Amino acid sequence: MNPDDPQDNPQDNPSNPSSKLKTRREILRQGVLTTVGALGLATGLELLTRRPGMAAAAALAAPSKKIYQGPYDTSEPMSALEDITGYNNYYEFGVEKSDPARNAGKLKTRPWSVVIDGMVKKPQTVDIDTLQSWFPLEDRLYRMRCVEGWSLVIPWMGFPLAALLRRIEPTSKARYVKFTALADPKQMPGVKAGVLDWPYVEGLRLDEAMHPLTLLAVGLEGKILPNQNGAPLRLVVPWKYGFKNIKAITRITLTDKQPTTTWSLIAPDEYGFYANVNPKVDHPRWSQATERRIGELARRPTLPFNGYAEEVAHLYKGMDLRRYF
Amino acid sequence: MPARTAWVSYAATLGALLPLPVLFYDFWTGQLGANPLQRAEQQTGLLALVLLLLSLACTPLRLLASRLGTRLLWPARVRKTLGLTGALYALVHLGIYLLDRGPGLLDFLQDALKRPYITVGLTALLLLIPLVLTSRKDSVRKMGFVRWQALHRLTYLVGALGVLHFWWSVKKDHTESLMAAGVLLVLFALRFLKKTPQLKKQQEEKKFL
Repeated sequence: MNPDDPQDNPQDNPSNPSSKLKTRREILRQGVLTTVGALGLATGLELLTRRPGMAAAAALAAPSKKIYQGPYDTSEPMSALEDITGYNNYYEFGVEKSDPARNAGKLKTRPWSVVIDGMVKKPQTVDIDTLQSWFPLEDRLYRMRCVEGWSLVIPWMGFPLAALLRRIEPTSKARYVKFTALADPKQMPGVKAGVLDWPYVEGLRLDEAMHPLTLLAVGLEGKILPNQNGAPLRLVVPWKYGFKNIKAITRITLTDKQPTTTWSLIAPDEYGFYANVNPKVDHPRWSQATERRIGELARRPTLPFNGYAEEVAHLYKGMDLRRYF
Repeated sequence: MPARTAWVSYAATLGALLPLPVLFYDFWTGQLGANPLQRAEQQTGLLALVLLLLSLACTPLRLLASRLGTRLLWPARVRKTLGLTGALYALVHLGIYLLDRGPGLLDFLQDALKRPYITVGLTALLLLIPLVLTSRKDSVRKMGFVRWQALHRLTYLVGALGVLHFWWSVKKDHTESLMAAGVLLVLFALRFLKKTPQLKKQQEEKKFL
């Protein structure tokens, strides 16, 4: 009981003639008020604390051309399509995992042009449909590990970034590839809200970009990429944390300097340029030793380079991966 | 407690507890999304913080009302309920966290020391224990009002640690944790409102119970 309250001691309070319920009408009144009050408080609490659920799985449209089977499929089972399209980070559309599926529908992905510039012999602006017609499209089932400690197995469709780079011919000075995403406040509520420094920028070292695992994705499970997953063009680097995989790419620039990437600008101590999946290097605020595969309740150990160590570890030979995290 | 307002505390108890079965129902029916444990963890954490802030709002609300010339009695009736249910959600929150990170008490203790946001959250939860233990009807009399009141001012510290824990656990969007911090600051500022002579007198009397 509350000591501040005079009514806790009925004898102190002349306005309190009785402490017993007297009539049936009074009991009824108390019951109704209790119910209404309880429901009111519960509703208020739910509104303040309950998170929005998932949107329905996106209906994907099939592309017109033949798809090849990529060489690097994992043998692990693919995640549920509704989790892949309904649970992801895409801050341009909001910070909740369910926001991208909810808000990305209005994004116009056609017409869409990609600027290719910087230290290349063939700088150009190319339409997305032309761009993807240059290369055979492949299916690739990759693991995706988010820096937050969850993972998915995603059937991307796309073409190796290396194929594009060979075509546009980087000059001998080029050492990095910088990617810039669309940042349109009219179509993207998160950009309007200003959560990050827009546009989203990511980057790779040229040898990472040329690695055959590195994919430019335009589709999912053999169909056109849903907007919430980064349509019409996104990067997929499966041995790095998910935030490296920039979505809705509008510009690809070859440079001689390491690009300043969005997350490393905001929290340089937490999100490095390399962002290689590494169970031994913790995020300052949480361990990276384990992860939750979405759809499973127990956590599983995280693998070095997200299980792609055999293919990519040599890229970082001699580097201190604690320093270059 | 007078019969005419008895419903307030029943309503507060029931209303504060209802989100728990709703959470179970959502879990059972798969409505917690792709990462249900994490969602449940976030919701119970937020429920704990909101309820603790609501319980902290009771006394300032009464002070404010008394300054404005009205005597509000219901806030004092629900303060304890809100605080206790807040502590309950904090405990469930810790339970889900432990379930989420898997077995290993030693690992957990290491984690708690290594990661500031867990240290802070755990400290807040530990500080709630003496408050819960002294929430019985006879605790005030046994301890004496002044000591009891001093101890229960810890709720402000718990609130502040809770907000800090929330802030540190979020990757980027601090809207909600900032709002919680704002509410806490306003509540704390309101505590410095001068008491009306009437309220003061009542409280003076209590000290000698």
